[in-house]
Amino acid sequence: MKTAVARLKDTDLTAVEHAREMGLDDAEFARAQQVLGRVPNKVELGCFAAMWSEHCSYKSSRTHLRRLPTTGPRVLVGPGENAGVVDVGEGWAVAFKVESHNHPSYIEPYQGAATGVGGILRDVFTMGARPIAAMNLLRFGRPEHPKTPALLSGVVKGIGGYGNCFGVPTVYSSTDFDARYDGNILVNAFALGVLRSDAIWKGTASGVGNPVMYVGAKTGRDGIHGATMASDSFSEGEEQDRPTVQVGDPFKEKLLMEACMALFAAAPESGGLLVGIQDMGAAGLTSSSFEMASRAGSGVRIDLDRVPTRERGMSAYELMLSESQERMLLVAKRGCEEAVRAIFATWDLDCVVIGAVTDDGMVRLVKGGAEVGVLPARALADDAPRYQRPTAAAPAEGEPRAPLGRVGPTVRAHVTSPSLAPKSWIYRQYDREVGAGTLLDGTRAPAALVRIPGTHRAVAMALCCVGRWCSADPREGARRAVIEGVLRTSCVGALPIGATDCLNYGNPRVPEVMGSFVEGVEGIREACLALDVPVVSGNVSLYNATDDRAIHPTPAVGVVGLVEDFRPALPRDAQTGDTVALLGWPAQGTSLDLGRVRRLAELVRELRVAGAHVDAQPVLEGGLSAALVELARRAGTGLFANLPAGTDVTDALLSEDGVGAVVVVPPDRLQLVHERAQRAEVPLEVLGALGGHQVAVAQQGTQGGAPLFEWDTEALFAELEAVVPRIAQGARP
Amino acid sequence: MRARVIVRLKPAVLDPQGEAIERALQGLGFSGVKNVRVGKLIELDVEGDAGLVKAELAAMADKLLANPVIEDYQVEVAR
Repeated sequence: MKTAVARLKDTDLTAVEHAREMGLDDAEFARAQQVLGRVPNKVELGCFAAMWSEHCSYKSSRTHLRRLPTTGPRVLVGPGENAGVVDVGEGWAVAFKVESHNHPSYIEPYQGAATGVGGILRDVFTMGARPIAAMNLLRFGRPEHPKTPALLSGVVKGIGGYGNCFGVPTVYSSTDFDARYDGNILVNAFALGVLRSDAIWKGTASGVGNPVMYVGAKTGRDGIHGATMASDSFSEGEEQDRPTVQVGDPFKEKLLMEACMALFAAAPESGGLLVGIQDMGAAGLTSSSFEMASRAGSGVRIDLDRVPTRERGMSAYELMLSESQERMLLVAKRGCEEAVRAIFATWDLDCVVIGAVTDDGMVRLVKGGAEVGVLPARALADDAPRYQRPTAAAPAEGEPRAPLGRVGPTVRAHVTSPSLAPKSWIYRQYDREVGAGTLLDGTRAPAALVRIPGTHRAVAMALCCVGRWCSADPREGARRAVIEGVLRTSCVGALPIGATDCLNYGNPRVPEVMGSFVEGVEGIREACLALDVPVVSGNVSLYNATDDRAIHPTPAVGVVGLVEDFRPALPRDAQTGDTVALLGWPAQGTSLDLGRVRRLAELVRELRVAGAHVDAQPVLEGGLSAALVELARRAGTGLFANLPAGTDVTDALLSEDGVGAVVVVPPDRLQLVHERAQRAEVPLEVLGALGGHQVAVAQQGTQGGAPLFEWDTEALFAELEAVVPRIAQGARP
Repeated sequence: MRARVIVRLKPAVLDPQGEAIERALQGLGFSGVKNVRVGKLIELDVEGDAGLVKAELAAMADKLLANPVIEDYQVEVAR
């Protein structure tokens, strides 16, 4: 079919200059010309640039991501959809995903973080799942950096503001501070929802003649070019030139979610009203329409004049690339338009037919009665460019350890450092209880535990990564992110059943960065295979660099686990008189043994399910000392630990290279723990007990058994709790 | 002299507060209401020459009173 497509408008720039400005390189521009058989106009170029941006196309990462294990008996939907879905039994399933919102959060911390939460919630409820939990992983610059206080306060308020208003409990948060994130913070948001395992919705535009409908908020000129922005590095001082960020409206999103739930459940006798649905996230209408058509092998025709707008005179280009929040694109069954509209009208939301599904594989954009863009869906979506970028080994950057002085002061400075200090100030700003399903959150346990409504099943979750490990060894660092998630969820009695990853790296055109990315994927692969955890969803965030200084490689891994009956696993809280014991193996080199991790995870899970421990903490970041202090803080009591003779005491307290977990055991269960540990062939060392008003550590045979240090709990806990608020207030240390 | 700084959301930025007010007004029967936008007005006394004061107020707005990423501002000085 011949089409007279509008020519480029701004005649002072040639098409290739336009393309460069939008982020397409010359080879990609040539490829776009080849795809169309002509020079694309400005609207079309905008679609190419958005769809072929790193953010939408995964062009540098896709070939590597294919190596991740993504299947398993419980996996119902793997990567490629809005979120992954895993079966949790009794006819229920959970949908979850983690996604980055790093760049917007640096420019405008409150709204950037808030819309990051909004986006990930939409990804989850688009699948048909009602969100029941959210988590986040935040990485800020060094505490004394002048921007850190405002970024920390703004991001945390933004996450709380959106999640609390929407009504999803934010149950787990991992926050760290490091100079490597000075000009490029990380805000990774995770959401999890529940759905019936036979009622999963996908983003597909099939059935010629079916109506394409626009639902949700109106479109404005906000966030245009967000997707291409996410695929670009910053320079200091450049922030002001960036396009307008989006402002979110959590109450509208709540309405949108309820309307979608009603839509999914409508007209069951005739198989429902809906064919497919997709969130308008990055690159808005462009990504949703191209991806839905490409998945179904169909085409769509969209009449841009029908798109609801909140500003006058929006061009086709602006309509296609706006990233206004709280919008969805859906394909309904023909004849069901009125029924769909009635559902959205109930929730006070716009719902308009803006086009129809076609069979020619093309996305046709119509404005003012004329076609202003005609593009093949598949070529822009699934057949986007893929690059095998050159890689090089990244030089290992071990952060030198502080010179060790006397044990007491050294360990005290260590456990009260911003990395290890408790994040209660952050948690307090999150509603962790809304929905009444939260059994444990990250301030009270090593992982969060949230009930599947109406059952005694619960899902455990944690979101993990230690960036400096990844700078020291990108593969081992990534393995440890998985290991940490598996151990944390196992500690609350859950069997890990799936993972999601958010791979935050620098500029992929730098071979050392690409090298650490590939190693990171390999590390996740090794650990997930060894520990039986399929990766069901994820996100890649590249170009996290300021003035060519990349962040620590930060592959955040969210692990989700299942507790089939949470009742026996939560007999009571840890209390005075409980035994403190260490399970596992001390350091034997920097590469953790995955076989041992698996045995340890199985043992702590089995013990928890049997009610044989009431709290536990993996020994990872910060070593044994951090685990002991955390357990004492959670119990609100003192703790005495007597380390075995013969080991170097600083090593025993600070090493991060062992495979271990500290468990808190009620006295009448100690025998059971001994037996099970022996049977599992996991070493067990009883260290001491909870109680008293001091955290004290001694070593058998050293100083005649007198404590190496003893800290008053009141002062210790106060010092710990003051660390993060002080950073937020901008007080100099 | 008395000065005023008016801070508004940029035209392209979504204003959920404005939308909520618009809906509420319509609900109260004020049916002709459209395009409600909420901003803020900051009044302050400043000393110095009117021209310099304006520049100073602009600097205050850039640094603190407005969020230049999503807001525009306007400075007025009483004669």
